[in-house]
Amino acid sequence: MRRQIPLLITGFVGAIYIVTFFIPATRFVETIATDWILIIQAFAIWLGALNLLKLSIMKLSSRKPGAGYAAIVIVCFLITAAAGLAPITRGEHFLSDHNYLAENSTFEWIYNSVYVPLNATMFALLAFFVASASYRAFRARNREATLLLGAACVMMLGRVPLGDAITGFLPEGWTLSAWADVIMNFPVLAGQRAIMIGIALGIVSTALRLVLGIERSHVGGD
Amino acid sequence: MFERLLALDRRWIFLFVAVALTIPFFLGLSCKSYVSPEVKALYAALEELRPNSKVIVSFDYDPASEPELNPMADAFMKYAFHHRLKLICIGLWPQGPLEVDRCFNRVLADPEIQKLNPVYGVDYVNLGFQSGNEFAIQGMGASIYNVFPNDMRGTATSQIPIMMDVRDFSNVDFVFNLSAGYPGTVEWVQVAVDRYGVTLGAGNTAVQAPLVYPYLGSGQLKGLLGGMKGGAEFEALSGHTGKATKFMVSQTFAHLVVILFIVMGNVAYFAAKRKGGRA
Amino acid sequence: MNVSDWLALQVAALLTLGIVSFLYKDNPIYKICESIFLGVSAGYWFTVLFWENMVPKLYENISQAGSRPYTEAGVPSLLYVVALILGIMMLLRLFPKLGWMSRWPLSVVVGATAGLWFITYMQSNALSQLRATLLPILDFQAMDAATGTGLSGWFNKYLGNLVILVGTSTGLCYFYFSKEHKGVFGGLARVGIYFLMVTFGASFGYTVMSRMSLLLGRIDFMISEWWPSLFSGWS
Repeated sequence: MRRQIPLLITGFVGAIYIVTFFIPATRFVETIATDWILIIQAFAIWLGALNLLKLSIMKLSSRKPGAGYAAIVIVCFLITAAAGLAPITRGEHFLSDHNYLAENSTFEWIYNSVYVPLNATMFALLAFFVASASYRAFRARNREATLLLGAACVMMLGRVPLGDAITGFLPEGWTLSAWADVIMNFPVLAGQRAIMIGIALGIVSTALRLVLGIERSHVGGD
Repeated sequence: MFERLLALDRRWIFLFVAVALTIPFFLGLSCKSYVSPEVKALYAALEELRPNSKVIVSFDYDPASEPELNPMADAFMKYAFHHRLKLICIGLWPQGPLEVDRCFNRVLADPEIQKLNPVYGVDYVNLGFQSGNEFAIQGMGASIYNVFPNDMRGTATSQIPIMMDVRDFSNVDFVFNLSAGYPGTVEWVQVAVDRYGVTLGAGNTAVQAPLVYPYLGSGQLKGLLGGMKGGAEFEALSGHTGKATKFMVSQTFAHLVVILFIVMGNVAYFAAKRKGGRA
Repeated sequence: MNVSDWLALQVAALLTLGIVSFLYKDNPIYKICESIFLGVSAGYWFTVLFWENMVPKLYENISQAGSRPYTEAGVPSLLYVVALILGIMMLLRLFPKLGWMSRWPLSVVVGATAGLWFITYMQSNALSQLRATLLPILDFQAMDAATGTGLSGWFNKYLGNLVILVGTSTGLCYFYFSKEHKGVFGGLARVGIYFLMVTFGASFGYTVMSRMSLLLGRIDFMISEWWPSLFSGWS
């Protein structure tokens, strides 16, 4: 039963979304289901955050090496959540003040001075790694690899003003930026479209398997 | 020598990249941007909008994508304010609402925009974030009030002047999506465009831009700003020069560095291979 | 600049340098910054979901069901109790003995996603794209009528549709693994590989553009915002 009921739910809900597409008069049912999905997905994100808190607490109580970092995770989580939930104590009635981003709020300060630089810098590191990977790994070993690197170089030069500066002797509309445009709008479009169609057919067949209950991996074992 | 080049400590490469990208900031150079067809197409679609047209702007990105998408967002907002378009801003990423606020703070600090005196709730609104990814878009097709019952400040959406005659997508004239991944432009095309007939333009990070070119080709997407270059092109077209244009010189240096490394790596590899060394 | 803004700049710069220190080697300062990021991210997501979803959609709909029995979309307010129960069942995943109950809300999401994707991927990514690929390749009237200058204009006029048709179909041939890639079919798959290599090369070029832009953003912050703040102080 622990597996059968979830499988039935999967098939039933999946069928709702397929049937309501073809019978618009039944879209009211879809509206209700969509509302529930928005809320369940919110709880799923909460689950992720709370699971992180749980794992950090377990790591801290185990006193293994690295437990100090778990303490930092817990403290930062609690401070951020406390700052964000502060409006609960404001307002005439319980939860009447929704404005968690009031001007000069601590929560917004934490976002601007802590979250933004950390998030942005983490991803900025990728620039260094992409340069290092280009030097160490990208080799024109065969025809296909040479084609790949050639296209990459044309795009990298064509999408900056230098490309037009280098090929400025060519008539207008025939410079490197025009080549980059043509590459993107024709062969790249075709290649991406082939990938897109292939993936779409795979997703459609997997979705059908899920709705019909043939695919059961999401309900796990008993 | 070539073997030593191939075995170069990557920290020297990191240092070279950092220096090469920092130098252009002190050179004070500028450059002109060639405008690509997909940016022109987006601009042409926007020019067809009449004053007081309702435009949904979806901020589907986080701070990691700010350098690419903020210039597009700023230029688009300035264009919209100058052309008296009504902006309904939402976020399908949790960071979206704060990115909207940060964008408004930057744009409204511009004296040219202050002269236009845009009013919150009348000319623009921030409806906040809603979870659910493509289900949020699906829900908006039935009722925007249901998906976003309040704005960021807690005011009921149905009581906000700009939203009073906007119940669903049929009351919206254009959607502009700023996207860094999932959910993003792909989901807006799949649900809003193909199911509800929305007119959609998009600004994407450069990583995502090639993935949506098929939608451009099929007409599902009206126009596309791809990466910081797309932002610079839109700034040039709309006349609101900003950071994207300023960074184009640095971007040029960055691309030259990578091409240099690719060439150096291949030269060293083939030279070492020819010598019979380990590559 | 007030004290709060000045302090925000210093904290942001310190954290930026802490993360960048990873490039030299992994170190405790980087690990501290990483832990701060994890904690603040989780707290941020927790807060935003609370105010943007839980309060307006759950709490207000259920608590005001007496005075407002239906939402704006005509959904009965009390039906949200079911969503609340499903959401709580999702949270039970935190407890190993009760974790099996989370399969129910998970099944709702999986089923809904499967149903929605069945339609949207078929409609938008398969059928629309196939329709957009079926283009005439020798339409002399269209060639005469086509405008546009330069290489783009020339391609649009003469070769564009052929390139798209050949590229898409040979690319699909390459992905068809039920038949061995030999003979004519193998030749078509090989042409498909060439189109895909150009595609991946262009994607790599765009990826480089994207990653470098992210680094330029941080360098701009350090040079244009943080460095001047060290000398200007606060007022």
